Amino acid sequence: MHELSIIELKDKIAAGEVKSADAVKSVFERIEKHDPVIGAYISTFKEGALKAALDVDERIAAGETVGALAGVPIAVKDNMCVSTGKTTCASKILENFEAPYDGHVIEKLKEADAIIIGKLNMDEFAMGSSCENSALQQTKNPWDVSTVPGGSSGGAAAAVAARMCFGALGSDTGGSIRQPASFCGVVGLKPTYGRVSRYGLVAYGSSLDQIGPLTTTVSDAALMMNVIAGHDKRDSTSISTDVAPVKDYLDGIDQPLDGLKIAVVPELNAGASQQVKDAIEKGLDVYKGLGAEIVEVAMPNVEYAIATYYVIATAEASSNLARFDGVHYGHRTEKPKDYIEVYSKSRAEGFGTEVKRRIMLGTYALSSGYYDAYYLKALKVRNLIRQDFTNAFEKADCLMMPVSPTTAFKIGEKTDDPLEMYMADIYTIAVNLAGIPGISIPCGFDDGGLPIGLQILTEAFTEDRLLRIARMFEKQTEYNTKMPKL
Amino acid sequence: MAESKYKIIIGLEIHVHLATKTKMFCGCELVYGGEPNTRVCPVCIGMPGVLPTMNKKAVEFATLAGLALNCEIPSFTKWDRKSYYYPDLPKNYQISQYDLPLCGSGFIEIPLEEGQTKNIRMIRAHLEEDAGKNTHTFGDFSAIDLNRAGSPLLEMVTEPDMNSGKEVRALAVELQRIVRFLGISEGDMQKGHMRFEPNVNLHIPKDGKIYKTPISEVKNLNSFKALERSVTYEARRQYAEFVEFGKTMEMGNKATFGWDDDNQCTVLQREKEEAHDYRYFPDPDLVPVEMSDEWLGEIKSRLCELPLQMQMRFVQDYKLSDYDAGVLTADRQTAEYFDATVKSGVDPKRVCNILTQTGLKLANEAGCKVAELGVSSDGLAELAKMVDASEISASASVTIFEEMTKSKGAPKATAEKLNLIQKSDAGEIESLIDQVIADNPKAVAEATSGSKKAKKSAGFLMGQVMQRSKGQANPKVVSEILNKKLSL
Repeated sequence: MHELSIIELKDKIAAGEVKSADAVKSVFERIEKHDPVIGAYISTFKEGALKAALDVDERIAAGETVGALAGVPIAVKDNMCVSTGKTTCASKILENFEAPYDGHVIEKLKEADAIIIGKLNMDEFAMGSSCENSALQQTKNPWDVSTVPGGSSGGAAAAVAARMCFGALGSDTGGSIRQPASFCGVVGLKPTYGRVSRYGLVAYGSSLDQIGPLTTTVSDAALMMNVIAGHDKRDSTSISTDVAPVKDYLDGIDQPLDGLKIAVVPELNAGASQQVKDAIEKGLDVYKGLGAEIVEVAMPNVEYAIATYYVIATAEASSNLARFDGVHYGHRTEKPKDYIEVYSKSRAEGFGTEVKRRIMLGTYALSSGYYDAYYLKALKVRNLIRQDFTNAFEKADCLMMPVSPTTAFKIGEKTDDPLEMYMADIYTIAVNLAGIPGISIPCGFDDGGLPIGLQILTEAFTEDRLLRIARMFEKQTEYNTKMPKL
Repeated sequence: MAESKYKIIIGLEIHVHLATKTKMFCGCELVYGGEPNTRVCPVCIGMPGVLPTMNKKAVEFATLAGLALNCEIPSFTKWDRKSYYYPDLPKNYQISQYDLPLCGSGFIEIPLEEGQTKNIRMIRAHLEEDAGKNTHTFGDFSAIDLNRAGSPLLEMVTEPDMNSGKEVRALAVELQRIVRFLGISEGDMQKGHMRFEPNVNLHIPKDGKIYKTPISEVKNLNSFKALERSVTYEARRQYAEFVEFGKTMEMGNKATFGWDDDNQCTVLQREKEEAHDYRYFPDPDLVPVEMSDEWLGEIKSRLCELPLQMQMRFVQDYKLSDYDAGVLTADRQTAEYFDATVKSGVDPKRVCNILTQTGLKLANEAGCKVAELGVSSDGLAELAKMVDASEISASASVTIFEEMTKSKGAPKATAEKLNLIQKSDAGEIESLIDQVIADNPKAVAEATSGSKKAKKSAGFLMGQVMQRSKGQANPKVVSEILNKKLSL
């Protein structure tokens, strides 16, 4: 049963061929068998999931209308607030935090009758690209458990790849959905900023964060988008549907784009490993075979994306994470001398190294005397980067490039050099700064059998076209049907 | 006098709680008090994952205040985060406005003595969310109540244009009256709806030079009296300090004081101004506010005549004393009630007397506005007209008004019910006078004697007539006939 896609499973459940309760049991069997090694889940809701599944089964048996994801076991990254259980953000400081409310996407999943089975590991507060920054556990890449699953939504990518859920929700601030999807050989979509409400997502970089699906097929990603996309009045940055109507992303997904023009950025691609470059080339050949035209474009400002990102994201994070102070939320130090120590010690004890590093960076960037030179300058560069994308989309329907310069690296290989880890985000980070949608789809494997992802980008609020372009490739290839041996 | 030795320079920072239905960035009902931490939701206590959404009404209220204070209203403003760590601030940043406030520079006209006024320039006014409250009455622990957290606060800053405690008080009182007129705040000092923070220093002329004393900021004053007294106290204290130590204003020597109400003095809180770095930056969770011409026009249409203008009009057009006009324009409902009554063509002074002698007292007792006592402005006008037409006495009008608030009857019917219709029928009154003259020969003799007692006796006879008429005789008519009969 675990080999089914979301769409296949939900159709079988709706037809009464498969019971949701059995799907849930099957998923938990796999979790119990494989997760002790993979470490994707921080917490699971077995009892609640079974109960919800039985309820869906009953309603289907009674002939009631059910939601778009009825009975399908779905897992979510542990930075999305769910009113049952804990929301830890993989941090010591929130290790015991129980949110009293459901985030917007959780409400949407529940409305669609999805079965929420658990919360997935991540880099602490979504800061990292390998899950090595999780303060709670190390998730391993199902394709090779000595390598990282990517991050920060590494738990989500690993769980989907290992078929320990049928689909997952991750969040992407600088590549945190696409990069682990690429490392784990699954589909990962970062929607346009504003397409999915952030209400209930514990913020990292508010102007960059976006929730999106990780699935085994492009169509599953489209279906999940149908459930979570749309306006939410609780999120002022969520776009009004008058301005950008939500489409049925499954509608016409199998229809190829005629006369597709693909833009590539040669000087950017040059930075990737040979095996990644080869896989991307082969991927482009598939599109050429479908009649697509390749055009070369320059994006001169993208080289500044990493510097820009690490000013803006950390500045926002330094403020967003200020509330974790031991007074209201999270870990509180024992026996503080005074209230200043409640803050300083609670935070010193509760946050991990990478989180502290980013809080320090962001605090510095916003400090009086440095604001203009860093934050304000970064905002200006961000506009230039946005303009680079606008220019590229005038010449082509989409951009294609690697997701990451390499395939999954060994656990511990890069932990001593945070800067090198930052630099590896060059292909994904600019996309968040521009706010546009991007998808990673499996496009090959390296010599070691590790997956490689192809990144496709389109203009803001054109997820429908993005998914169709991705689906064109998926139909011609079988990379996404390969499963890791566990 | 000390006053001639120096000039007091005062600028004011004012926080006004806006009376919106809900809080600034969430849907919590805005209610004062309540059990600690019961009037909260995930958003106003800054739960992980929540997002703020702007209360449009609060923006409109703030804009209305800005318009009343003659402020520039920019078409584009935004929200900024102001970072500081304090236990009553759940997110450890406050959503506020930094470089683009909702209201730019303007001025407020304040009343001084004898109908004089003065313009005080406003630097800016911006909107922000309030913090909660810390209490320290639990031994080793402090407790935090977040009921107030997220309430909309309008922060206004004036130029240092005030030169006495009286002027500062006048501004505060005038501002209270304005926000109440506009209906944007209850302006209840007891509930902390208005808080004042004066910045005070002195300019002291000496040896052909002007010496400036270090600025004192007095924090968190929530009564007019404390505001005025703290400023006056600071002036005296600063002068004494200057005389003794010669200390003058320098960068960074602004000090912060609190007001000790029990001992009526300021208390030093922080000697040196702390170098705060609030690390302001635009709040990425909120979109900028764009004030379109249509929206601004719509807000403008809700502006009303301001209290001071109304007060001055009452003095000029209705010939009221400045004091009475001030009393009647203390709140908008009363002012408009009075104005509507007078506009139907009755003597303003007459209406003013009824209201000041009984109406305001009754309203105060009933805990409402005088307009809410149940007497319509038409009813009040009719009552005043009856006095003008000598149908009732001025003193009876007060009694009738009071009865009207209870029985909700019309003035004439109420006057009749209370037997307070004046009798002006000369024949009837004459026969009463004749009886009184016949019954009081001694008093008549004295009244006509031209002696010292004459006036008193005439008054006695007048009283007798009034008594026999059960107070209903028109005293003017009685006096005329009686004087004639006694050939006075």
